[in-house]
Amino acid sequence: MTDQHSSLSNLDLETPEKPFLDANELVINMGPQHPATHGVLRVILRLDGEKVLGLECVIGYLHRGVEKIGEHRTYTMFNPYVDRMDYVAAVSNGLGYCETVEKLLNVEAPQRAQHVRVILTELNRIASHQLWLGTHALDIGAITPLFYTFRDREEILKIYEKYCGARLTTHAFRIGGLQYETYTGFEKEVKNFLDFFRPKIDEYEELLTTNRIWVERTKNVGTISAEDCIALGVTGPVLRASGVKWDLRKAQPYANYKNFDFEIPIGQNGDTYDRYLVRMAEMRQSVRIIEQAVGALPEGPIMAKVPKVMKPAAGEVYHSIEAPKGELGYFIVSDGSTQPYRVRVRPPSFVNLQALDVMCRGQLVADVIAVIGTLDIVLGEVDR
Amino acid sequence: MVAKFRGTYGSGITPLTYAGQNYMAVDRSLIPEILQVLRNEERFDYCVDITAVHYPKREKQFDVVWILYSFARNERIRVSAQILDGESLPSSVPIWPAANWLEREVYDMFGIKFDGHPDMKRILLPEGWKGHPLRKDYGILQQDNEWVQINLGIESGQ
Repeated sequence: MTDQHSSLSNLDLETPEKPFLDANELVINMGPQHPATHGVLRVILRLDGEKVLGLECVIGYLHRGVEKIGEHRTYTMFNPYVDRMDYVAAVSNGLGYCETVEKLLNVEAPQRAQHVRVILTELNRIASHQLWLGTHALDIGAITPLFYTFRDREEILKIYEKYCGARLTTHAFRIGGLQYETYTGFEKEVKNFLDFFRPKIDEYEELLTTNRIWVERTKNVGTISAEDCIALGVTGPVLRASGVKWDLRKAQPYANYKNFDFEIPIGQNGDTYDRYLVRMAEMRQSVRIIEQAVGALPEGPIMAKVPKVMKPAAGEVYHSIEAPKGELGYFIVSDGSTQPYRVRVRPPSFVNLQALDVMCRGQLVADVIAVIGTLDIVLGEVDR
Repeated sequence: MVAKFRGTYGSGITPLTYAGQNYMAVDRSLIPEILQVLRNEERFDYCVDITAVHYPKREKQFDVVWILYSFARNERIRVSAQILDGESLPSSVPIWPAANWLEREVYDMFGIKFDGHPDMKRILLPEGWKGHPLRKDYGILQQDNEWVQINLGIESGQ
């Protein structure tokens, strides 16, 4: 008895200033195999009841060493690998890589190739946002949008399939231009798709924008301020929904985006609902861009003069594009040989995922699911 | 801007241009100050990326590269510094919170440590993995067989 007493008082003396195990604090593990984490993402949640006190992401389950592979392949051979990072937006990945190597080689793709690139990349932005909308709504409990968006996304994949034979990891572009000339009826099919798709965006919005359950689940959930976004390096629709009018297509135009007329949609509150609205508006803007590009498709060659064996002069280049998820950058160092000395990919999902902790603090567990969805991460790109 | 820096810091800074892009090679000792100045006075408020390049044949084996962007000026700049193998750098998490995961990745892939980082551990590879894969002396097929055997219960991951 006395022994117990003394040990109790000992414990008292050694109690740290902050109790290491508060009775209210609970640590639980979400993932890596969880349907709402959009891949293999493990999140360790620190909870007070239902309230999130903080969280830590554990990533790397899909790490394949893409950057290391790049150092052991020629510039041309590495091109299809980049499609496997953000496999939802493979065309954007390819565009970023091809443009970076073109910068190193000091060549520019011909006008016709640039136009086709814009068309395919913007179609890809729509496809990526459709997949995001379907799965994000599904996570929150709305099942119908998934069927609608996948039905319509199919039409884009059909165009890809006809163009290059692949639906997902397309490898659509080549360094210096395009491998294939567009197929007969390409312009007409793209135009048909636009006519088909325009009312479909209204259809999605009809299901969700004023839906009371959707609004309750997304308004004021996962709010992040513009200052926090910039400090954490968050880009893409998440940054724009916080009110920063910044899009690389306008800020530092690449391909030939400067020839097209479009707007950058922004939000005000930086919450999940605003991010939803921004992405919906972006799909409409993409339709506008494709319409202009396909209406003025110039004739001409599709490949610039590029050597068969590429040996860029020694030097280093960083180039980035506005991928559907944010700033996708490539930093390539050449040593004058046929293989890149170093390829660094700056993935938007990886950097954006860092903001998950800030966005989830003080929210409920169910909101964590909503916030993971609204960040629109692809684990293939986070882990590379 | 670079000319101004050169006036202040002298030969510690070498301005370079390649393919129309400006970058500067900065002496290791000037790094903490330069990054601070770039953030606070030149308003490079967005840390795009932090990465490294390994040159095993050089005495100073690593190039650490900071890619920065300024929203106010719509301008990019790259800063690079050469460091020895085993040498550490001050963490830039207090300057740009975005540096947190980026520095962890540099540590994971190259073994370069950042002093003052709040959580300096591996990020993509598992804890306890031996070796840093993006070093040039790490083979493309190489892996930590011991880790694979203990944790996955298989002979080899290939």
